[in-house]
Amino acid sequence: MPEFSPSEPLQTVGRSPLRKEGLAKVVGQAKYVDDLSLPGMWYGATVRSSVARGRIRSIEFGPDIPWHEFTIVTAADIPGENVIVHLAKDHPCLAATHVNHPDEPILLLAHPDRAILPAAVAAVRVQYEELPAVFTIDESEAPDAPAIWQDPAAPAKNTFKQYLMQCGDEASLDEIFASADFIVEGEYRTGAQEQLYIENNGIIAEFDREAGVKVQGAMQCPYYVVHALQLVFNLPAEKCRVIQTETGGAFGGKEDFPSVIASHAALLAMKAGRPVKICYDRAEDLAGTTKRHPSRSRHRTAVSRDGRLLGGTIEVALDGGAYLTLTSTVLSRATIHAPGPYHWPALRVVGKAMATNLPPHGAFRGFGAPQSIFGTERHMNKIARTIGLTPEELRRRNLLRVGDRTATGQLITDTVDMQQLLTRALQETNYHAKREEFARTNPGSTIKRGIGFATFFHGSGFTGSGERRLDSLVEIEITPEGQPCILVSSTEFGQGTNTILCQVAAEALQLPYAFVQIAQPDTARVPNSGPTVASRTAMIVGKLVERAAYSLRDTLLHSGLLPGDYTEQDFRTAALAYVAQHGPLKSSVRYQSPGDIFWDDQNYRGEAYPAYAWAVYVAEVAVDTTTYSATCTHFYALQEVGRVLHPVLAKGQIEGGVAQGIGYALYEKCVWQRGHMANNQMTNYIMPTSADLPPIEVAFEEVPSIHGPFGAKGIGELPMDGPAPAILNAIEEATGIECDEIPLLPEDLFARMAMPQENAR
Amino acid sequence: MSTITLTVNGEPHRLEVPPMKRLLDVLREDLQLTGTKEGCGEGECGSCSVLLNGDLVNSCLVPVLQTEGATITTIEGVADLAGPGERLHPIQQCFLEHGGAQCGICTPGMILATHHLLEKYPQPDLSQIQEGLAGNLCRCTGYTRIFAAVQAAARMEGSK
Ligand code: FES
Ligand code: FES
Repeated sequence: MPEFSPSEPLQTVGRSPLRKEGLAKVVGQAKYVDDLSLPGMWYGATVRSSVARGRIRSIEFGPDIPWHEFTIVTAADIPGENVIVHLAKDHPCLAATHVNHPDEPILLLAHPDRAILPAAVAAVRVQYEELPAVFTIDESEAPDAPAIWQDPAAPAKNTFKQYLMQCGDEASLDEIFASADFIVEGEYRTGAQEQLYIENNGIIAEFDREAGVKVQGAMQCPYYVVHALQLVFNLPAEKCRVIQTETGGAFGGKEDFPSVIASHAALLAMKAGRPVKICYDRAEDLAGTTKRHPSRSRHRTAVSRDGRLLGGTIEVALDGGAYLTLTSTVLSRATIHAPGPYHWPALRVVGKAMATNLPPHGAFRGFGAPQSIFGTERHMNKIARTIGLTPEELRRRNLLRVGDRTATGQLITDTVDMQQLLTRALQETNYHAKREEFARTNPGSTIKRGIGFATFFHGSGFTGSGERRLDSLVEIEITPEGQPCILVSSTEFGQGTNTILCQVAAEALQLPYAFVQIAQPDTARVPNSGPTVASRTAMIVGKLVERAAYSLRDTLLHSGLLPGDYTEQDFRTAALAYVAQHGPLKSSVRYQSPGDIFWDDQNYRGEAYPAYAWAVYVAEVAVDTTTYSATCTHFYALQEVGRVLHPVLAKGQIEGGVAQGIGYALYEKCVWQRGHMANNQMTNYIMPTSADLPPIEVAFEEVPSIHGPFGAKGIGELPMDGPAPAILNAIEEATGIECDEIPLLPEDLFARMAMPQENAR
Repeated sequence: MSTITLTVNGEPHRLEVPPMKRLLDVLREDLQLTGTKEGCGEGECGSCSVLLNGDLVNSCLVPVLQTEGATITTIEGVADLAGPGERLHPIQQCFLEHGGAQCGICTPGMILATHHLLEKYPQPDLSQIQEGLAGNLCRCTGYTRIFAAVQAAARMEGSK
């Protein structure tokens, strides 16, 4: 088979052709869900709980609303199970008897006039018998906490999930602590973060007694939605058709949530007997949909005088919100990333996810890794400071090298050299000179400057045996015009799925990029290539597209219709001739797990991910000690992500992720009032504007990986991991003050700086 | 209901609409110009930006009654600003080539804001671009590719 060899020059991969759907986007013709309208369509709205936890006592419909004009749906109207299924069935589609968080959906309304809906929603009065609630990890795990989430299989009260990951034996860990030169302890916290895609969640649903349910809208994972609809409507998969429309950003925020809004819209459509659109406005989207899990990491580390990590314990706790949703997989990634890219002779990591009476937290770019990496990278600086080494030297003595094993026992075979990455990053940012300069100039200045960095890795693809379970399928078919068209459920929401998959197919087929098409994700047409998450699209789905393209080409070559050396026109002619002789031509390939991948889900041992992306991120900050504002003034991101498929898109991914990471560190704070997001407006939930961001410099090291197409690995989530710890490390350099909690807004920095210095250490 | 006459992308319209209806909704619903997007409905995100008599406004904050007699340009009319029959305005071309559009939801507003910026500063420096686009939020790009697109567009127009 004409497999790729690294020495061959590539035609399409590694170049930056125009984004497939780019033209439609720049002329305003791209159709997002709210741009679509169906004949006879009504609009839907959601009545939500106003208390954090309670029993529903009564529901009254207030005066002055022509209720007979409305379609009203309650839990009693659900034909199947009242559940939104993700990993468990604890999450009701509509609250029937109890509510477990503020803004929980209770009742749905539809009406032909969109404008009348807000008044109608406000006129539905729900009475509750309130029950005690908990709002933080600490409250949830307190011995006297009310039991707010119960499951016979739960490891402890209010605990969704617990993992234990160990390397080295338990007894040796005790000995190590007993004899270590230093023991360093620290606690680190991260807040909830909103994905803040600029297009809110939205779905249009139709229902037909014969054909079943059809929904279209903004989403990442059409087949997740199919699965959810099957249960709610008690229908087979083929009667639940799901179509992704152009999606205005997602970042994980449209991974699990669309199952909720799609089920709601479809229930209204069924009862109203007409299409129904639900598009949230910003306030509802912010208050009612998922956010990044808040976290707390506790480290205790035994270190030798010369700066070697001897052993440690790490506890990573996540706040999962009121229902499980995807929390256990987020926790899994958080747990596995907690050790960082370091060699640990002995380590025990405990990951646990607690239930609280907040709206369920969900997927957000990085998926648990940014939380635990924040703790680990701040802790590395703390260790360095405690034992009197520079942050650089401490890391140099402990970074993983080829031939080492990670904390799950995975042998590092990537030929990446973290020492060299670190050298390059520090050189290119002039780190040493700047550090000296700032140490000299800071004492006389109210503006304190600092430079800091983080070293980290991020696993590409599903964790452990996840990819085997997904069993993804990819197809390439020949269109009536004789062109190859990629059929996948992998979705485009800005990251470049359409473009890179077409590049991969074009490269493998040796055809021009423009000749290759990709179908709109519609479950009536495309196979399940798995969800568009976990930095898996380029590496895992891309590899399947590459294989499908080779197999398509082989079919045509072996048929004798395609000459060995062919043009686009030859291909078209051969493909059409093949179809005329043999009928439709489609090549299908299924995921094959690389033979040497072994994962033990019980004990968290083995190959956690097929490949890792490696990175060193360097931040410069200026802290104004009169206004207490910390600003990132320069950012540098160096990463090894295998072959870069499309340099412009890849840089755009890194820059966008870094911007979100800067927001995570310094701007974006969810203000919770008894579990309700009180600042649910763009006016007071602040994300960085173009005027707030520093220059972001992006550099790649390219070591082609055997796992992805033409050597590519995952890239999308990586840039979310590094900015927050790099920035807080820089703030520590600038001010001498350790800040171990994000987001760090001026009021937080003020509070921190106002603490007596001995506590401030 | 009020009668409003206005010109959108060079075409005159006479509409019967509630006077307090948002210009954004009039464009999207009454005129089916859905290229103008709603991100927040409160004047923060700029995805609803249009040109109103040459000024950049958030159409979610403008009651339609204020547009009586006005001339409005939306994303659908931007190519025409480059000349009759043009398929793409240089700004659109540069957003496309430089990766200035990812998910694309902020792009229409961003392109109109860029047009407005380049009218004011034909050769803007970086800080003028940063300030000029600060009312338009983009969650995908981190703005860097957008700055590159704006600079390229300025060069392209400057060399005409
Ligand atoms: S929708 Fe008008 S500014 Fe956001
Ligand atoms: S490209 Fe997605 S918000 Fe700007």
